[in-house]
Amino acid sequence: MAMKRKHRRLSFIALGLLFLGSAAALILTAFEDNIVFFHSPTEITEKFAKNELKPTQRLRVGGLVEEGSVTKTADGATNRFKVTDLNKSIVVEFRGILPDLFREGQGIVAEGRYNNAVFIATEVLAKHDETYMPPEVAEALKKSGQWKPAAKEK
Amino acid sequence: MFNYFANPTRFLRLTSKLQPFAMIVTLITMGAGLYYALFQSPPDYQQSETVRMMYVHVPAAWMAMFCYVTLAASSAVALIWRHMVADIVAKSTAPIGACFTFLALATGSLWGKPMWGTWWVWDARLTSVLILFFLYLGYMVLYNAFDEPTRGARAAAILAIVGVINVPIIKFSVEWWNTLHQPASVVKLDGPAIHPSMLTPLLLMAVGYTAFYFWVLFIRTRAELNANKVRALRIRQAEG
Repeated sequence: MAMKRKHRRLSFIALGLLFLGSAAALILTAFEDNIVFFHSPTEITEKFAKNELKPTQRLRVGGLVEEGSVTKTADGATNRFKVTDLNKSIVVEFRGILPDLFREGQGIVAEGRYNNAVFIATEVLAKHDETYMPPEVAEALKKSGQWKPAAKEK
Repeated sequence: MFNYFANPTRFLRLTSKLQPFAMIVTLITMGAGLYYALFQSPPDYQQSETVRMMYVHVPAAWMAMFCYVTLAASSAVALIWRHMVADIVAKSTAPIGACFTFLALATGSLWGKPMWGTWWVWDARLTSVLILFFLYLGYMVLYNAFDEPTRGARAAAILAIVGVINVPIIKFSVEWWNTLHQPASVVKLDGPAIHPSMLTPLLLMAVGYTAFYFWVLFIRTRAELNANKVRALRIRQAEG
């Protein structure tokens, strides 16, 4: 009898975890759009084309700063650059101090509103990838042509 | 094996031998790890000197999850087999795990400001780790919320088991969703994306953190078992 009770408790816990796990998976899948921290330029242009997102909505765009796209506008304080996912790119304008890691080719996330094909950002955050190495190693990799740019960045 | 450790006297005897060993491993690996991390390892090509935060932050985050899995597993053993020592291991693990989680959150925040440009964002990784911290706190509150200790232990054990669902969510959050936090550098399918000169101090620190957990766990479980003995003696004395 005692053995039986142990087994009952064991199967109860196993079943309970199975149900809870499936419930969690369903909930997380259903709310995927709310859990993602940012959208790619492709998603944003597509969703605007389909009217799923509106210019009044605050949203975040994430991607790489396009090479050679960083400029300042006429007022001298607004940064203007393109964020790309290597498929589509979006023009971002940001008035303020950019993070230290901000540079061309770097992953960034900008928060703001997308209106008339310009993303007016109120905040720009830098993203870095999962690779860690000393500067000399990075230099050597670049010289030998083994350097792989952060193309897999989402 | 469960039955073997169910005997508190045997557990006390075993841990009294293991405790000094855990202490020595902690002191050696943490000492060496900190020396390598702060003086002997190179700066990062992107983050320069700020990368040294990794050696404190990453093992803390690993231990936060390791402790939670230990907490949930020993809670399950305690609940299913009515295993007294497993219950004490779970109870003693919770505050240690909560401290590791707090350390991971705090150092992550300090690291996030200079690198990302923000102390905190509500992305999937950061949010799920914050939930982990609340699970630890909830476990400790629930454990002590009942007049009858066994009821508190059972309620808290159920919470610990339910919360284990959060652990894979933390681990894979950076792959399932877009996050500001970067994906895993060490524990991933195609090998670590971290240079050996930085991986060595990181792993030394990880061993140090793990040994520290066991060291503190042995102290806490032994204290708990001895307190139980004292309580039992008092009751016997009072009953005459």
